[in-house]
Amino acid sequence: MPLIETVDLCQKYNGHDVLKKIALQVEPGEVLSLIGPTGAGKTTLLRLLDLLDTPTSGRIYFAGTEVTRSGKTRSETRRKMAFVLQKPVVFNASVYDNVAYGLKWRGITRNELYQRVSGILETVSLSALRDRNARTLSGGEIQRIAIARAIALEPELLLLDEPTANLDPISISRIEKLIANIIHQHKTTIIMTTHDMRQGQRLPNKVAVLINGEILQTGSSRDIFTSPHNQEIAEFVGTENIINGVITTSEEDLVTINTSGKIIEAIADYPVGEEVCACIRPEDITLANSQAPSSARNSYAGKIMQVVPIGPLCRIEIDCDFSLFALVTGRSVEELDLVRGKTIYATFKATAIHIIRRER
Amino acid sequence: MNEIWQGLLEAIKLIVSLDPEILEISGRSLWIALSSCLLASVICLPIGGLIHFQRFAGKRTLISLIQTFYSIPTVVIGLFVFVLLSRTGPLGGFNLLFTPTAMIIGQMLLVIPIVLGLTISALSGIDKVIPDTARSLGAGSFQTAVVVLKEARFAVTAAMIMAFSRAISEVGLALIVGGNIKGFTRVITTTISLETAKGDLELALALGIILMFIALVINLVLNQLQTR
Repeated sequence: MPLIETVDLCQKYNGHDVLKKIALQVEPGEVLSLIGPTGAGKTTLLRLLDLLDTPTSGRIYFAGTEVTRSGKTRSETRRKMAFVLQKPVVFNASVYDNVAYGLKWRGITRNELYQRVSGILETVSLSALRDRNARTLSGGEIQRIAIARAIALEPELLLLDEPTANLDPISISRIEKLIANIIHQHKTTIIMTTHDMRQGQRLPNKVAVLINGEILQTGSSRDIFTSPHNQEIAEFVGTENIINGVITTSEEDLVTINTSGKIIEAIADYPVGEEVCACIRPEDITLANSQAPSSARNSYAGKIMQVVPIGPLCRIEIDCDFSLFALVTGRSVEELDLVRGKTIYATFKATAIHIIRRER
Repeated sequence: MNEIWQGLLEAIKLIVSLDPEILEISGRSLWIALSSCLLASVICLPIGGLIHFQRFAGKRTLISLIQTFYSIPTVVIGLFVFVLLSRTGPLGGFNLLFTPTAMIIGQMLLVIPIVLGLTISALSGIDKVIPDTARSLGAGSFQTAVVVLKEARFAVTAAMIMAFSRAISEVGLALIVGGNIKGFTRVITTTISLETAKGDLELALALGIILMFIALVINLVLNQLQTR
């Protein structure tokens, strides 16, 4: 039985559909990452799941019981969950008291309260600051307090809304480690939102893509990132090469696509004449100074338009009558002498291409 | 000019020598103003919370109305309480007119709009995420209200201090419902008014200095609260 399930959940604000028929099932112990651009409805969905707001229509089930509207069930159920809000605020009290609030409301004895709060502060490395007013702490420390006071409640379901938004890289890494630790040690069911698709890939074991109030795809992070269902998802998950074309031949799952007069071979099953997009991840493209014989079905000569260093890698833009982006190491750039204006051969395998039907 | 300096000197002597009449009048003033403010706070904090947390039609109008009453003339409240407590009035049977109790009731009515209005403002100033955070951590409606009130504690205390300064410095209401009876309802402001009319500047000035001192203390406390 799913721990939390939504059926046709809709939310409207001022006549505008913020969430459209959301159907979500999260099993106990599962970690789900809701990814989507800003304004997609992620926070609205989490607020509904935490029963802070009431949906316009649809139903929410917690451990098999419907909790959508009944006042008493809602507050009882809310106590089985903990929600770390986006841009969390701390109460104007000490770090210790901030973490203790939720436990006090649950009538925990003083002794147990002390044990639990002290233990959690140790976990989030905030013991040294226990008596400091929480308002005087940094953004990263406040975020850790927010997570600490949530996990102190030992919730069945932990909801995290953009837990690393607006934080510096060190704080982001600390918070991610903390979340990974919660997943590993407590086996807590977690639903977290993020607009950082890489974070969605790093942490959870299941990903749902929420765009314009609709869940467009659910699956493993690998599925989402390598085989997006449509162009919108492909663009969101950072598939930089989305090449428009038309299927010209189709034989035993091998298709050829005409794009700007060039032919691309890919593994897919689409009829001839279908308008499609060929998605190729930039890291799947190899570059060479000459066209050497290879098993890869696609190789094109093109002119380097731009070389942009990104950390240890370089992003190369090539014009092969269609734009192609490749990601190579800085060392390869030096060895192959990849400079603007040079002609280069870009090669990729037919299996590295993910074909999606083009939306009109 | 000489007369004023002489009066000021005499006034300081009265204060330094802890003149019994000065102490008695000042004590009564403080007690009446404090009691009225505490009563007003007991009434206004829950009502203010209720107005802030509940959604209802005409909420904005009600808040505007409350704010309008901030500057109601003290004599108007005095007249209202006088009519209410006079022998022929609806509460005449309690024989409260010209007693400190009548003054407390009057001052309480005077400061209720201030405490109520400023409490609502204080609660509105709290980040909207605070009540959501409390609820998400499992707080019920009452616990959420307590959390928000706690967050607004400095602003709410400032509201109570503002109310106290209005109560202790008013004169019209104290005269009308207290009657300025020596040893019974005479307070700092009514004494200053009477003694000035009589030409006895020493006592009036001494009480004036005490009133200024109280105002100074109020200001210092308010400043302290605002820096929190």
